[in-house]
Amino acid sequence: MALPALLVFVAFAVVPLVGVLLLSFTSWDGIGVIRPAGFASWRSVLTDPGLPHALWVTFVVMALSWAVQTPLSLLLGVFLAGHQRYREFLAVLFVIPLLLSSAAIAITYKALLDPNFGLGAGLHLPLLTQDWLGEPTLAMAVIIFVVSWQYIPFHTLIYQGAVRQIPRSMYEAAMLDGAGRVRMFFSITLPQLKYTIITSSTLMVVGSLVFFDLIFVLTEGGPGDATRVLALDMYKVGFQANLMGQASGIAVILVVLGLGLALLLRRIGGGGSSASQLEGL
Amino acid sequence: MATTLRAGTRETAGGRRRRSHGRGARRPNWLGGAAGWLWLLIVIVPIYWIVITSFKTQSNYFLTNPFAPPTEPTLENYRLVIENDFIRYFVNSAIVTLGAVVPAVLVSFMAAYAIVRAADDRRMLRWVNSLFLMGLAIPLQAAIIPVYLIVIRLHMYDTLAAIILPSIAFAIPLSVLVLSNFIRDVPKELFDSMRVDGASEWSTLRHLAFPLTRPALVTVGIYDGLFIWNGFLLPLILTQSPNQRTLPLALWTFQGQYGVNVPAVLASVLLTALPILALYVLGRRQLLSGLTAGFSR
Repeated sequence: MALPALLVFVAFAVVPLVGVLLLSFTSWDGIGVIRPAGFASWRSVLTDPGLPHALWVTFVVMALSWAVQTPLSLLLGVFLAGHQRYREFLAVLFVIPLLLSSAAIAITYKALLDPNFGLGAGLHLPLLTQDWLGEPTLAMAVIIFVVSWQYIPFHTLIYQGAVRQIPRSMYEAAMLDGAGRVRMFFSITLPQLKYTIITSSTLMVVGSLVFFDLIFVLTEGGPGDATRVLALDMYKVGFQANLMGQASGIAVILVVLGLGLALLLRRIGGGGSSASQLEGL
Repeated sequence: MATTLRAGTRETAGGRRRRSHGRGARRPNWLGGAAGWLWLLIVIVPIYWIVITSFKTQSNYFLTNPFAPPTEPTLENYRLVIENDFIRYFVNSAIVTLGAVVPAVLVSFMAAYAIVRAADDRRMLRWVNSLFLMGLAIPLQAAIIPVYLIVIRLHMYDTLAAIILPSIAFAIPLSVLVLSNFIRDVPKELFDSMRVDGASEWSTLRHLAFPLTRPALVTVGIYDGLFIWNGFLLPLILTQSPNQRTLPLALWTFQGQYGVNVPAVLASVLLTALPILALYVLGRRQLLSGLTAGFSR
């Protein structure tokens, strides 16, 4: 009974994963014949100054989006764990960004931030009327903001669920001992959320390796190469410059990085927490 | 994960816990409250802007305050969007989503059933299970070049089937994981009594496991459906002609064409999000449990 699932999965996920490694040792323009090329593609991948740059940009996106999302999601998750009616109403609205496609979100922000036709121009606020996507630093900031806008709801949901599972008796005991809210947060909530924090961080870090849709639509890696993350680099090398062998090499690096980071975070967490998920986010 | 779903049902089961959250009740959580309301603004302002602007005429858009509701609401933008073949893209997206979600959930359910039922005695299925678990870590982006090659070789380039097949494959790992956890919760005695009655594995699957896991099937289906409906990379790589476009891709090309016409662009965004927003209003709890299924512990 497992056979149909196994067949589709092997054909369109396992074979491609093996295939990408094989293709990285070939030279292919995407249309013509695939020729074995030994280490030639790898040599050009590894000597291309674009690679360290893409790795750096990917790292910046990863680190900043983690640093922005984690405290906010934690705070919001704890807040929304309350069962007050207005908090449940807020939770309903918070989820909306999660339902929209990255393409739709990117298009909205592109329109909203447009220096001539966007919000800033309409409100005549010079502060908002900047060339948001035309300045390297600003473009990076916009990406971090939009990523957080889209995914904080998801991590908030995870934290909300986890906070609700902390036994109430722990707080009651702490209250009897005269502990304040801040003390309770750091002595009970935070330690109890340890595994949730690791799961959520794994999803953020590993997921940020494969941000593609959003950055592709928002900046296409620009201005210049300022936001050219690894996944986008792969796409451009493969499908725009038609160097599929080299693009496959970049894809292999993506896979290795993803697995490595997932395993690393798992080790930090002492193992056993839920499986890493690259897919989906 | 099963806990998320259960937490969801427990909450619906009468709101008896509603008032019980008196944690630190002596003093309100100022910081959390401030963050909560501030985040509400950050989420709602762009959405409000999308909605009101999509009803403004282009000239009106440039003249009025961006946050003021339209003085003379118009459906002109929606007409323009629909005239640009959005009905077709909508149908394409629906075909891709249904065509991928239904088989994906079905084969995942069968696989999950086989894996759970054979838990200890068949090495082969244990191996299949770990293969699927490993699959959770395969990013679609990294596999896209060989997928492209396979699709070309199968002469499926520029068809909707080219999007559907990889979508199924990449939906399987998480679906199997969530569903097998659910089937595992079905009491063993029920399976045993089916066997005593002489039921085959197929009929046990249909008459016992299926009805009992139906909520989980819906949850998984919604989760898979959301990601496939919103998918951008597969259509971008595997199709080319306008009449095979799905909505996210159509949005992108539409903006390329009408970028200056902000109200029309926003109308297209709103129109493509409408089915999901409708689904959210109708089945919020199912959708939320679907979104966090497999992640929370």
